[in-house]
Amino acid sequence: MRNAFIDELVLATRRGKDIVLVVGDLGYKVVEPFADEFPHRFFNAGIAEQNMMGLSAGLASEGVHVFAYSIANFPTFRCAEQIRNDVDYHKLPVTIVSVGGGLAYGNLGYSHHAVQDYALIRSMPNMIIAAPGDPMEVRGCVRYLIDNPTPSYLRLGKAGEPNFHKNVPTISPGRWLPIEDSIGPNNRTLLTTGTTLEIAKKWLTDSELDGYTLHSLPLWGMSTKHMQLQQSISWEQIVTVEDHLTDGGFGSWLMESLHGSSFDLSHLRIKSLNHRVCGMVAKQSTLYEEGGLSAFLK
Amino acid sequence: MKTGICTVKMAYAIRRSALKMVHRAKASHIGSALSIADILAVLYGQVMHFDPLQPYSQTRDRFILSKGHACVAVYAALAEAGYLSHKDLHTYGEDHSWLMNHISHKVPGVEFSTGALGHGLSFGVGKALAARINKEEWITYVLLGDGEMDEGSNWEALMFASHHRLCNLVAIIDCNNLQSLTSVSETLSIEPLAEKLLAFGWDISDIDGHDHRSLSQQLAQRSPTKPRAILARTIKGKGVSFMENQVDWHYKNPNDEELDAALKELGGN
Repeated sequence: MRNAFIDELVLATRRGKDIVLVVGDLGYKVVEPFADEFPHRFFNAGIAEQNMMGLSAGLASEGVHVFAYSIANFPTFRCAEQIRNDVDYHKLPVTIVSVGGGLAYGNLGYSHHAVQDYALIRSMPNMIIAAPGDPMEVRGCVRYLIDNPTPSYLRLGKAGEPNFHKNVPTISPGRWLPIEDSIGPNNRTLLTTGTTLEIAKKWLTDSELDGYTLHSLPLWGMSTKHMQLQQSISWEQIVTVEDHLTDGGFGSWLMESLHGSSFDLSHLRIKSLNHRVCGMVAKQSTLYEEGGLSAFLK
Repeated sequence: MKTGICTVKMAYAIRRSALKMVHRAKASHIGSALSIADILAVLYGQVMHFDPLQPYSQTRDRFILSKGHACVAVYAALAEAGYLSHKDLHTYGEDHSWLMNHISHKVPGVEFSTGALGHGLSFGVGKALAARINKEEWITYVLLGDGEMDEGSNWEALMFASHHRLCNLVAIIDCNNLQSLTSVSETLSIEPLAEKLLAFGWDISDIDGHDHRSLSQQLAQRSPTKPRAILARTIKGKGVSFMENQVDWHYKNPNDEELDAALKELGGN
């Protein structure tokens, strides 16, 4: 995912897009292709995320599309007020990029577990969350964001994620993306965002989910809630999947989107991380098991 | 540098307008606004390049008020400079007014909304960096409070600016030695501030922040390699004897009698 992101950034900058990459002293063996080719458009802000986000906003106010890159919670919670006041309120084209979304850095401990980031970012009215499920979706999300610069949060896994799309999909905010080789059509579906696309794909072979189809929703946020009823209403059962705590997460967002509508919320099930994983330290797969994401029935 | 504008008269006008705004809106922070009136008069009256008829002209100098609570002084300066009418100032603090009680980017001539402290300098660093990338000549001025220097984000920005030799960035620190509850020196002692900024790689000037000659000279100077910081030694509430150096006037708004007395001291009504 990281490499797909940098590759798209390099390609767009070569095409003449006014892009600057700011990193928070992270990105070793990831950001070099951009930094080497566009040294005057690459800045290491050091281990100083508040300033990184503030200066990104200042750069963006002059028409530059800034990608502010770090890992886990550092470019979000550490500088939450700069994101809220400087980027989101001013509607500036800053894309916050966090590598290691969810529990990708499981063994590194709670400081590195990004399991509350959706909650923070989706509380901001102008933010678009980009949570791609595979490297192809990364490319689709980055292409969308570069063509439509806006306050945004790109949540990536680490590296080595499999592709589930044969080609780069066209992605637009709030629109569910059918996964090409999923089972169906049916009136029950899994709906996932972010790297849990891999988990959801595996679950399709579970007998409990026989006949389910699979969708990904890589771009979403407060501004796309109004689009969810129309896409949800035709499904008899929706199961959302995410590697985030239930509170303030993706399933919670969909539930809020449908609340008070003609959609029967008893037909919505949320598969997310139980908060008992907070403070646990283990590899990602172990934490998924502890958090209730190892199998559909857990 | 502009000529023909009397910045001393402009500062008086800024102070009078600021007082009327906070009185009408029953708002706070008049002490902070009076503290920076001279700095703003020199910036808008002499030093900065701008055209109120083209508020987003690419060649304009950028001004950022990081201590956003002192906004009435900037709104008043913008009226003196031709961005706003004095009638616009009457809406300050009203429901849905674009002149909100912290500086608002929705007002023509305002680059950036603040209110939470410790945001303006980083934003200014980003602007100065953009000018550098685009090989443009305009200058970014950021006005901060000395109490605001408590915020760690400012020290991150100071390091970045000097590391990248942003000589197109000027930080003006309004050193009135008062913050929310008591003096700066009794809250978190910040002195010796000049030495700290020097150690952070900035070009420094430590001046009387009410002396227009010093302000115009020092604000116009540039180091070829370093960002520049002006330590403007000021008096909170400057110009109104009973408000000067009183922490109360961070919060209080003047009643009718106090407004009249203040305006008299400032040569107007």
